[in-house]
Amino acid sequence: MNILEIFSYGFMQRGMICGVLVGALCAVLGVFLVLRRLSLIGDGLSHVTFGSVAFALVLRAQDMYVTIVAIPIVLLSSLGILKLTEKARIYGDAAIGIVSAAGIAVGMVLAGAAGGFNVDLFSYLFGNILAISSSELVIAILLFILVIGVVFFYYNELIAISFDEELAKSSGIRTTEINSILALLTALTVVLAMRVVGILLVSALLIIPAVTALQVARSFGKTMFFATLFSVISVIGGILLAFVLNLPAGGVIVLLNILFFILSLVWRKIRA
Amino acid sequence: MSVDILTAQNLSCGYDGMEVLRDISFRVQEGDYVGIVGPNGSGKSTLVKMVLGLVKHDKGSVDLFGTPQREFQDWRKVGYLPQRIKFFNHNFPGTVEEVIRLGLLSKKSFPKRFGKEDEAAVLETMEKMGIADLRHRLVGELSGGQQQRVLLARAMVNQPSLLILDEPTTALDPETRDHFYELLDDLNKKSSTTIMLITHDTWSIGNYASRFIYVDKKIIFDGTFSDFCKSEEMTIFFGEYAQHLICHQH
Repeated sequence: MNILEIFSYGFMQRGMICGVLVGALCAVLGVFLVLRRLSLIGDGLSHVTFGSVAFALVLRAQDMYVTIVAIPIVLLSSLGILKLTEKARIYGDAAIGIVSAAGIAVGMVLAGAAGGFNVDLFSYLFGNILAISSSELVIAILLFILVIGVVFFYYNELIAISFDEELAKSSGIRTTEINSILALLTALTVVLAMRVVGILLVSALLIIPAVTALQVARSFGKTMFFATLFSVISVIGGILLAFVLNLPAGGVIVLLNILFFILSLVWRKIRA
Repeated sequence: MSVDILTAQNLSCGYDGMEVLRDISFRVQEGDYVGIVGPNGSGKSTLVKMVLGLVKHDKGSVDLFGTPQREFQDWRKVGYLPQRIKFFNHNFPGTVEEVIRLGLLSKKSFPKRFGKEDEAAVLETMEKMGIADLRHRLVGELSGGQQQRVLLARAMVNQPSLLILDEPTTALDPETRDHFYELLDDLNKKSSTTIMLITHDTWSIGNYASRFIYVDKKIIFDGTFSDFCKSEEMTIFFGEYAQHLICHQH
């Protein structure tokens, strides 16, 4: 089977497009999250996604409706994490831990009440990029445009809060608003990414391309470029390899990301 | 007539029941060069953070350029250099140019974008600060003194009317420090930039600042440096020896 033949399948085209869009989003947001030391927010929110997917499956929602049910729940949870950090005497990592545990617990209870874990729930846990429907792809494209659009308009404010929040505030930047925007965009991206690599590996897509780029890039702009590049190559390569070798795509994508990370460390060592 | 740039009235604040500052009142007028001094932990940094709204005050009021601080929007008029970038992230991948450029965000309206004129302003500030050769270097890879100069450039790139600097010279070598004080003097005299400078360097403040505020939880003294040195009240407060130590080098 040659490459062209692989790309001729509709499911492959949908998977590739969705994977590339999600990979690019994760890379861009991941750079801000890693620098803000909020890397694990993706992990926490993906666990909330687990709870909301279980909830959607209890409601017998299928396909794109699972995503539609998950979005508002995960959006609210992302704001919940920020509020917990601001209002209560809780550090960010502990707030993420609480929301994350709540997500898993709700998911477990709901899945149990609905008669146990079924194939559908597993496909969200481990991802199933080649099972993406046309309607899910449409949602992915719309959300991609929304997230990238917001990042484009708030790009410099996001850089400023990533550098130093107090300094950003003294420049008149509404830091609370920008933090909320970052959390909400991350929530949307996490929901999208669950179909690509699965709930269990979403945070890898947010963290690894960003830290890989930080090893090699020599400016903020280039960090964004390299993170996106590594992420997109990993997604395309991962899907192809997984298809050819009959392996789960989510796992292969993340392993390729890790390979790039190791290579970036070696490159940095050689350069030094 | 001089314009009031900053008015603080009866400001107080505290953390966890501990009083940090009590009943602080002072005015800063256009063209003033105010040195703020005081022992470690006296609340100097908290004072400027309260002025900027970075720390909430429990009592009193602050006006910036005649507007209550909570309603103040015109942040392009203010340049700020914090004492230490609290969580200065050495992995931050920004170049010197990219970091200094962030200082221009305060004058931009949504969507905040940079243009050619911004690039020229950044370059001019870098040249003034003697860091033009570091333009493409990553900030995280610079020495402490170089980083300090980059952050100073960031505070000054907007040509603010009010420049608030919290111990700006601690990481600078003597030569750069002297150059920096001359630069501030120039800004103050030629461009009427109002300056508030927190420092331990009383010698320099005595030389350059037009006013001297001594803070220790409250304002102990507000006047010129020579008034401070001559003040009998301050002799009683500090004791002759301590007052002599502060004024001696002058």
